[in-house]
Amino acid sequence: MTMAVGPIKRKFAPWEDSTLKPLIRFENVTKRFGDFTAVDNLSLDIYEREFFALLGPSGCGKTTLMRMLAGFEQPTEGRILLDGKDLAGIPPYKRPVNMMFQSYALFPHMTVEANIAFGLRQDGLDSSAINTRVSEMLSLVKLEKYAKRKPHQLSGGQKQRVALARSVAKRPKVLLLDEPLGALDKKLREETQFELMDLQVELGMTFLIVTHDQEEAMTVSDRIAVMDHGVIAQIGTASEIYEQPASRYVADFVGEINLIDCKVKAVNGRQLTLASTAEAVEIVADSNDGDVRVGSDACFAIRPEKVRISLEPPPPGASNVLCGEVWDIGYLGDISIFRVRLENGTIVKATMANLTRIVERPITWEDKVFLTWPHEAGVVLTK
Amino acid sequence: MVQRTLSSVRPFLAKWALVAVPYLWSLLFFLAPFFIIFKISLSQTAIAQPPYTPVFDGMATLWDKLSQLSLDNYAFLGSDPLYYSAYLSSLSIAAVSTLLLLVIGYPIAYGMARAPKSVRNALVMAVILPFWTSFLIRVYAWIGILKPEGLLTLLLQALHIYGPDQQVHLYNTAWAVYIGIVYSYLPFMVLPLYAALEKMDHTLLEAAADLGCPPLRSFWKITFPLSLPGVVAGSFLCFIPIVGEFVIPDILGGTSTLMIGKTLWAEFFNNRDWPVSSAVAVVLLIILVVPIVIFQNQQKKA
Repeated sequence: MTMAVGPIKRKFAPWEDSTLKPLIRFENVTKRFGDFTAVDNLSLDIYEREFFALLGPSGCGKTTLMRMLAGFEQPTEGRILLDGKDLAGIPPYKRPVNMMFQSYALFPHMTVEANIAFGLRQDGLDSSAINTRVSEMLSLVKLEKYAKRKPHQLSGGQKQRVALARSVAKRPKVLLLDEPLGALDKKLREETQFELMDLQVELGMTFLIVTHDQEEAMTVSDRIAVMDHGVIAQIGTASEIYEQPASRYVADFVGEINLIDCKVKAVNGRQLTLASTAEAVEIVADSNDGDVRVGSDACFAIRPEKVRISLEPPPPGASNVLCGEVWDIGYLGDISIFRVRLENGTIVKATMANLTRIVERPITWEDKVFLTWPHEAGVVLTK
Repeated sequence: MVQRTLSSVRPFLAKWALVAVPYLWSLLFFLAPFFIIFKISLSQTAIAQPPYTPVFDGMATLWDKLSQLSLDNYAFLGSDPLYYSAYLSSLSIAAVSTLLLLVIGYPIAYGMARAPKSVRNALVMAVILPFWTSFLIRVYAWIGILKPEGLLTLLLQALHIYGPDQQVHLYNTAWAVYIGIVYSYLPFMVLPLYAALEKMDHTLLEAAADLGCPPLRSFWKITFPLSLPGVVAGSFLCFIPIVGEFVIPDILGGTSTLMIGKTLWAEFFNNRDWPVSSAVAVVLLIILVVPIVIFQNQQKKA
């Protein structure tokens, strides 16, 4: 499924262009199932040709949001606009969006060919046009040889490709992907992620993907909305979400992070001085976004790869130093993860790239180590 | 050494004993009686006790007796149009009833499968519940409903659809037989259909809708083809016993319906012609084995 589109080099940020109109707009959408609020007064704009990811744990409302766009659920309150038109009252079979289902939902009594042709038949295309499009789709997903097979004669990866081909065959304005790669093994999943990206560029469609896998969301999408209990916790590009998490929830959900509870001791422009509530440690961070007051509670968050681990003590008087004992080492090949136990029992994670081919690593269990990081490495979270 | 052999033989025996039970059962209660019937069908009628001449009564006369076996009774079945038309009418009644059952049973099964999960078991129970009353009593009850001065007439008169001197004339007609058959066999149609429809993945219909298929069309394109195993199972489950049905046409159809089950009964008990009635039974079995074989091939494919 690799396509000859060459490396993707683009500065694609339609959300920064105020003159552009969004393709999909959720306007104060609320969805309740009985007492349970699945989506809570949510507003969201998605632009044409965007690869947008809804990321969150199960039950956060991301699938409900997608199903409302497909027409399988009706919003309790609010509006959903597609291309400026209100979708209320339009049944799923009249909406110009197609969905790739998590279970693939291939019709078991139809061949691969017939599955892909199903949507085209509903549009009343003539059979030669259908055949051309079907063979186009089959070659797109490299399943030409399997055209006459039934779904139960295919492997998981092949089924996934048929489902994908079927959902893009009608050239919908928006393709919805509900956990599309969840059933594939890791290697195939990673491959398919890149194929999806290439496919999206080639077809020029807008893709909306729902996933609980943050790596998947970060790999494929232009922007990610991290969801929590029916509301959006943060919207941003993968790097914004990872490097500048807006809240403790986002920081904790996306990737590995060390969270240290602190009290703000001093504010000096962008520079904050924090005192850890558990250890007698002072942390200096260049991370003031304006609303931090002296004496308030805050949380210092730092990613493990930004923590330097060393056997040598830092020069006296240096800030941002924690010392502890190596408690656990996870060797992953490319990196090693050190779980360092501080004196009060807190575990801080630090990772180190394994740049050399030494089998006996210099830092080992029960070593006394020093963890240090520069002022700009961490984030202070007040939410 | 002996000990070891014994212990290795025992599980082997236990396994075969377990497997043998259903085979023994069929041998004892199906194959053996069938051969007795088949043997009777090859013998001649006699006014005696039993009312036939036994063919085998000792090894000495075996050859002599073997030469007396004849296919005369089968030839007789072919020569008398009564049997021919009774078979044909049974098959056509069974076919029409099965079609009616399918038309009535499918919406019921569909409604049950689409009902909320919490109600489904209660609905299945409601379908099975009539079995708690004797089949005969339920069929007799229909006489009370269908007879000219019965409940149906009273209802229609009460609703002023019928005048006080008008009556329903269904009892002792083919209609009454169809009503009785459809009523009695409905659970056998509904339950396999329900089983097929209930396990269908609802997201398939969502996928069809998503691809632009309106609900009614997606029923014919997705739901119905996927329920075909249930349709086939239900149809055979009804068709096969209806062909041989004896009680319902006897009680509700009077003399107006000719069915092979009734002919068989009359031949056996009224005429006391065991050999001919045995031949009728053997031919009926052969007629029914054909659809059973088709059915089993279908099941294998599914």
